[in-house]
Amino acid sequence: MTIQDMVRVLNAHVLLGEDKLSTPVYTACCSDLMSDVLAFVDEKTVLITGLTNPHVVRTSEMLDLKCLVFVRGKVPNEEILESAAEQDLVVITTKATAFTACGLLYQEGLRGVPVPLEWDSED
Amino acid sequence: MAMMELMKAVYPVEAADYTSAGSASADIKRRLKKLGITGDVLRRVAVASYEVELNLVIHSLGGELDLVVYPEYVQLVSSDRGPGIPDLSLAMREGWSTANDEARSLGFGAGMGLPNMKRNADEFDIQSTVGVGTNITMRFRLA
Ligand SMILES: Nc1ncnc2c1ncn2[C@@H]1O[C@H](COP(=O)(O)OP(=O)(O)OP(=O)(O)O)[C@@H](O)[C@H]1O
Ligand SMILES: [Mg+2]
Repeated sequence: MTIQDMVRVLNAHVLLGEDKLSTPVYTACCSDLMSDVLAFVDEKTVLITGLTNPHVVRTSEMLDLKCLVFVRGKVPNEEILESAAEQDLVVITTKATAFTACGLLYQEGLRGVPVPLEWDSED
Repeated sequence: MAMMELMKAVYPVEAADYTSAGSASADIKRRLKKLGITGDVLRRVAVASYEVELNLVIHSLGGELDLVVYPEYVQLVSSDRGPGIPDLSLAMREGWSTANDEARSLGFGAGMGLPNMKRNADEFDIQSTVGVGTNITMRFRLA
């Protein structure tokens, strides 16, 4: 699907990157723990989060993420949006909760960033 | 003869400066990109430098990041003025964190930073003395 499809499915408002909505997306991740995102994400993906502080955008910058989805209708402040604009990030906000947003997107075919489901022997 | 330095930069990092935390890593990423470093290596340096910078802000009394780019590898050294880490093997464990509420409210404190750095760097060394400080050296091979 494309970011435009995500906007439709989530009934989202586009805060930034109106011109990049045709970008294709294949995977997403959902977390409020930035170190967790930094630990398992290694591709240009979508981050769904309830956090709206500057570190969400910084984390996106470090990982070259494509799109940020804020849940529960959250909107970051101007300063944060400006730094997101500098990186050409698409930023959208949806009224849905994190769980519902993930469910809706999964149903439409978006998948999680691949991580092995097997346990290591020391776990 | 000492190996040729392609680039060198020093970034002082203030303790508890949550607003500008991450700006050194953003600059490091931009500079490396300008040098033509891309892809997997660039992403690994970016992730590790962000984690190590945030640790300086959240856990240390202040310190600095030293970046040197050699033809063969990128070297990133973090050094701080304390308080030091009492139990390094505990600190290196995934999930172990002493982050305060402010850091947690910003999305940190998962206890993933040090293991992340170790995983992303090709060479990782950490030395810490309580009451003195912590030094971390990371190297990332270029091609
Ligand atoms: N520079 C430092 N000075 C003092 N203590 C440190 C320093 N870096 C890390 N620590 C200690 O090691 C612990 C683990 O660090 P690590 O980066 O793995 O996790 P975290 O910073 O607590 O959480 P996260 O990185 O997931 O946001 C910290 O909680 C802290 O107690
Ligand atoms: Mg950390």
